[in-house]
Amino acid sequence: MSGAMSEAIGLVRLRRGRPRRTALWIPLGIVSGYVLVAVLGPLLLGYDHVATPVGDRLRAPGSATANGTAWLGTDGLGRDVAAQIVYGARTSLLIATVAVTLSALVGMTVGALAGLAGGWSDVVMSRVIDVLLTFPGVLLAIVVAGLFARGLPTVVLSLSITAWTPFARVARNVTLSIKEREWVSAARLMGVPRLVILVRHVLPFVLPPIVVMATLEFALVVLAEAGLSFLGIGLPPSTPSWGQTVANGKEYLATAWWISAFPGFALFLLVVSVGLLGDQLSARLGRNSRSRTS
Amino acid sequence: MAMMVIRRLASALVVMWGAASLIFVVIRLAPGGPAVVLLGPDADPEAVAELTARLGLDRSLPEQYLTYLLDVVRLDFGESYRLDMPAMEAVLNRLPASIELAATAAVIAVCAGLALGLLAGYRRGGALDRITSTLTIGLQAFPTFWVGIMLILTFSLVLRLLPSSGVGTPAHMVLPAVTLSLPFTAIVARLTRSSVVEELEEPYAGTARAKGLTDRQVLLGHALRNSLIPVLTVVTLQFGALIGGAVVVENVFAWPGLGSLIVSAVAGRDYAVVQAAALTIAGVIVLLNLVADLLNARLDPRIRLGNA
Repeated sequence: MSGAMSEAIGLVRLRRGRPRRTALWIPLGIVSGYVLVAVLGPLLLGYDHVATPVGDRLRAPGSATANGTAWLGTDGLGRDVAAQIVYGARTSLLIATVAVTLSALVGMTVGALAGLAGGWSDVVMSRVIDVLLTFPGVLLAIVVAGLFARGLPTVVLSLSITAWTPFARVARNVTLSIKEREWVSAARLMGVPRLVILVRHVLPFVLPPIVVMATLEFALVVLAEAGLSFLGIGLPPSTPSWGQTVANGKEYLATAWWISAFPGFALFLLVVSVGLLGDQLSARLGRNSRSRTS
Repeated sequence: MAMMVIRRLASALVVMWGAASLIFVVIRLAPGGPAVVLLGPDADPEAVAELTARLGLDRSLPEQYLTYLLDVVRLDFGESYRLDMPAMEAVLNRLPASIELAATAAVIAVCAGLALGLLAGYRRGGALDRITSTLTIGLQAFPTFWVGIMLILTFSLVLRLLPSSGVGTPAHMVLPAVTLSLPFTAIVARLTRSSVVEELEEPYAGTARAKGLTDRQVLLGHALRNSLIPVLTVVTLQFGALIGGAVVVENVFAWPGLGSLIVSAVAGRDYAVVQAAALTIAGVIVLLNLVADLLNARLDPRIRLGNA
């Protein structure tokens, strides 16, 4: 596996020429736009997700409502679709950021420790990952998010259960290749404690591939969270999220296509941009982390 | 080879045991015991105690764990309280529909992905290659539930060509299978491309060209065959992810498979069905991983002789 991976890394280096600038800046701009909207949007919009101004229900995009113009239309309860997208961006980015940070930290620590220690702890980690991967990620997330108390922490936990495993694998592989290097042996011979070796001599090399992996995982986690809320699992209905709005619109598909169409497109655009960004990062940081493709 | 098969089988069993234990832990940690769920929050405490005893939930955890493992081995997950039938029977009723959907999607993904990957890998760095690579990133970024809904909107509601949900005719299969296949098409295309590029750089490809074969002959006659090995393995491995993706897609199209069963079982806290369904899917995936391993060893002697 690791052999195939290093071959793949070599290939990526060979095949990519000088990275083009626009390929980095356009997705970066779009993602920054989302972050800006998620942070500032709710401050500028006076929107109440629980309120149901039914007088304005199912208005087409661009029509005037009691709360101003609904540029992207209103849903079956008269709520503004554009505002739901803005609030959904906040939910989505918040969950994905927390889940990916958590997974990266856990995965990096576990993977680096297992790689450094070797022996049974390495075997145990690999087995635990094998077991987790026998369940499709979505399935485990559905079971955990569905059976535990609804709310943000549950969703984050349910998404992180499998999301840490690729980080652990990458961290382990990099650590394995680093720990045989001279400076690590030198540090060990000088009696530097294992934890210090880990933090000062190993982790700096683990970090770049982890950053690349984090962007790719971010895209997957955003998709998974939207899938959960589409199924009505995890987040309470009072928390606006893209998946939930798309699901709400399914009922009105024949008459009000905009309810499902726009939030889904917002989701797609974010995931594509994060994906492109990840590709650019991996080209620049020189490590192919696309090997985990699902 | 025989030794290798035995070792792989043993490790598959260990993984299955781990999967069963994981589900046990998750179900036991979930708030609100099955007895409370069955009888409702206002139930008489005595009735709850009685049912808890009958379900064996008053015994010690290690004891419960052992009986649970024995039940798993016997494929006995108890009765589904919502469906009024053994949980395993409910799962087995739904399994064929899911496999049918996932298999159709896999066939679409392999055909489309191979074609795209060959086109891209044939002229590396060319216009087609760049278009395909952008396309595959797009395909992987599609939220399947949204694509499904947009396809229903276009093909069922506006064009009135295909049914929007349910089963029966082959036409019912088209939209769900296409929706489910999109991200996997991207995976197969990416893999085929890099595999073809790699094979075209091998010395044998140069020899074939030196003998006077055209690029296309080298590609289809030589490189394609060798590229198929990793593609086949990944498709087998990805079949599990396909079943996972089907959980969401089935709910969009009201497809009567395992996915919709699981979601309703989780929502209704039907623990027996959740356990049976999750472990069935895990079993299918473990089995497929085993098949992929053996297939790989069969097709590529280097693996068989190298690290069996």
